[in-house]
Amino acid sequence: MSVLTLESILKGRRSQPHQLIEVLHDVQERYRHIPEEDMRIVSRELGVPLIEVYRVANFYKAFSLKPRGRNVITICTGTACHVRGSNLLSNQVLGQLGISPGDTTEDGQFTLEQVNCLGACALGPVVVLNGTYYKHMTPSKLRSLINSVNEKGIEDTDDAKGKTKGKKRQRSH
Amino acid sequence: MPKVKPRVKSVKDLTELRKRLRSSVKNFKSKLTICGGTGCHASRSQDVIDAFKKELKKRKLEEGVWVRATGCHGFCEQGPLMILEPGNIFYCGLKPGDAGEIIAETILKGEVIERLLYTDPVTSKKVRTEAEIPFYRAQDRQLLAQNRHVDPCSIEDYIAIGGYSALAKTLTEFSPEKVIEEVKISGLRGRGGGGFPTARKWAECRSAPGEEKYVICNADEGDPGAYMDRSILEGNPHLVIEGMMIGAWAIGARQGYIYVRNEYPLAVKHARIAMQQAREYGLLGDDILGGGFSFDMEICRGGGAFVCGESTALMASLEGKVGEPRPKDVHTVANGLWHKPTTLNNVETWANVPPIISNGAAWFAGKGTRGSKGTKIFALTGRVKNTGLVEVAMGTPLRTIVFDIGGGAINGRAVKAVQTGGPSGGCLPLDRLDLPVDFDALYDAGSMVGSGGIVVMDEKTCMVDVAKYFLAFLQDESCGKCVPCRLGIDRMLEIVTDITEGRGRPEQIDLLKELADTVASASLCGLGKTAPNPVLSTLRYFPEEYEAHVNEKRCPAGVCRELIEYEIDAEKCNGCGTCRRACPYDAIKGKKKEAHVIASHKCQKCGICLSECKFDSIIVT
Repeated sequence: MSVLTLESILKGRRSQPHQLIEVLHDVQERYRHIPEEDMRIVSRELGVPLIEVYRVANFYKAFSLKPRGRNVITICTGTACHVRGSNLLSNQVLGQLGISPGDTTEDGQFTLEQVNCLGACALGPVVVLNGTYYKHMTPSKLRSLINSVNEKGIEDTDDAKGKTKGKKRQRSH
Repeated sequence: MPKVKPRVKSVKDLTELRKRLRSSVKNFKSKLTICGGTGCHASRSQDVIDAFKKELKKRKLEEGVWVRATGCHGFCEQGPLMILEPGNIFYCGLKPGDAGEIIAETILKGEVIERLLYTDPVTSKKVRTEAEIPFYRAQDRQLLAQNRHVDPCSIEDYIAIGGYSALAKTLTEFSPEKVIEEVKISGLRGRGGGGFPTARKWAECRSAPGEEKYVICNADEGDPGAYMDRSILEGNPHLVIEGMMIGAWAIGARQGYIYVRNEYPLAVKHARIAMQQAREYGLLGDDILGGGFSFDMEICRGGGAFVCGESTALMASLEGKVGEPRPKDVHTVANGLWHKPTTLNNVETWANVPPIISNGAAWFAGKGTRGSKGTKIFALTGRVKNTGLVEVAMGTPLRTIVFDIGGGAINGRAVKAVQTGGPSGGCLPLDRLDLPVDFDALYDAGSMVGSGGIVVMDEKTCMVDVAKYFLAFLQDESCGKCVPCRLGIDRMLEIVTDITEGRGRPEQIDLLKELADTVASASLCGLGKTAPNPVLSTLRYFPEEYEAHVNEKRCPAGVCRELIEYEIDAEKCNGCGTCRRACPYDAIKGKKKEAHVIASHKCQKCGICLSECKFDSIIVT
């Protein structure tokens, strides 16, 4: 199954080692993480040793080797968000869901991630939930947001492939 | 707008296309320009745009009103923003529900809707146009002002305002040497942080041996707190592409790359669309404008590694490898991407090139200071009233930016420090704010212009915590290739963490300085070389804060968790219960309408109660 979809990602990029990062981005967008099996195929098709594929996937923050939760909460920890209290938001998630950055809740409902800067500094602190930006966040706003996802369950997020499809996702909200 | 794109084969074709495009715009009675940059987008500007389109369709007014989504206008704080012509009326804080009223009142009757106007925080008066707003008034917006005139997804808009005419001028009137000379006279220096003279880089790359050469646009704006590059690439991508083409012509490159952060999805999307459109018109490809110059480009997404802002690491990443820098004993202008001569400039640098060619080097050199020419965009953020993108002439005092444009600190607090230059820069105290923004002046003061982030800090910001924040950032982002950076930053972070957690000893300060010196002098790349700056600048300007932490085990700003306690002021607490409900650790108890109490054994000092209480009853001791 995954070979079929990988096919379209690899099209026109075979035997071009420099395309590795672009390919991994697309794999990550499709599967929300980079499965081992896909790394093997990418290695073979691009002509890059598997260890190098693994090294690249491991080095860059954009790639996750672990499956992520159905909902991804991304907290911006850029300087502007930091001085406006973005650490309170991580504290809120830790207190409410018991997860630290990089972790996924046991039920697979939420993954918490941090990003160094989203470039929306004027609106800080910024939180992104499944690609939708939320500005001037406070612990209580974040609490309500998490509660609302918990109430709605998972059906809202099925199409949220990849956290960065900002525009599309916002329209649907 | 023409559906099938005519190929532009000569300068004459381009001029004629521009004429046609300009005449097609004149038919509109009203023009609505709505900001669609990431900031306003996050404030749901797309919903506002959709609401306008729907409402205009309903009223059958589509023919007379031009709705255009543009890139960032800079004043993100007030978004979504809109400028309405005729009248240049500036509306802010828009909601989709406002569309009907704006059409009925302003567009049809010419009446201004007071409640949607910006209120000057100083005079409390409503302001009608952008030019009257203090945030914009003190600026000199050469690059940013263009954003409101182009839809970033429309090459036609860009051509209509004169786009690609600098390229046409270059190909018809200038030799490559003349372009480099022009850039040299302009005094343009790299906007990415280093401030290296752009013309020197180009000249060295041009004279480097080799047939194949590359130009790269560094849009991996990794500095947290800086987003001007995002705003330009996202709002006016053709300007960057045109700049790169002029540069490529000057150095003799046929291929270019834009390396853009994946965290900027709109910038990636707009750059891709722009590149595709330029290809369709024949503005990228073979024999551009019939001048015998061939050039094409690729857009590559970064992987979220700060170190890839470093030129050699970025090039490794473009090659599909791990983003590790290499020694630069042979410069990238001679041995860069795939070991070929390569010129790498950042987005803002490339964007400055077309106006320099169009308006002449003297125009650019006429702005700024002796050593730093032109205008520079700064991202003004943090604990300041007006946040957003600010473009000023080099040499403008920091005070003007923070107070005249930014309006000072929020909540009536006092500004304590200004952090410039991101993790490579430093913190400057209030009494240094008369310093001009100038590459050399800020460097001498222990900070740097960097890519242009200005983060304002007030008395609620702990400077030791800021140093810790940057060290933690850099420790996380260090690629680990060289020992001084990998281990040195680690040890520095350990010491600063000790200090913020009450284990600091006076002798550790000297050790910290010694480590800083080693890391700065022995690291392989810019990340490590500048990593000690946040620590050194806070030690230099705010020694008393370190002393309070070390000697008195006290955090004067009330930030460092291990050194503070939270209490509730029984006098002020009215028992509303907000804090009790907000506390994730169930540490607050109290009956309704009675003063609440914090159980210190349960309290994790997360600070949430403090941020939620509307009556200032939570005290930090």
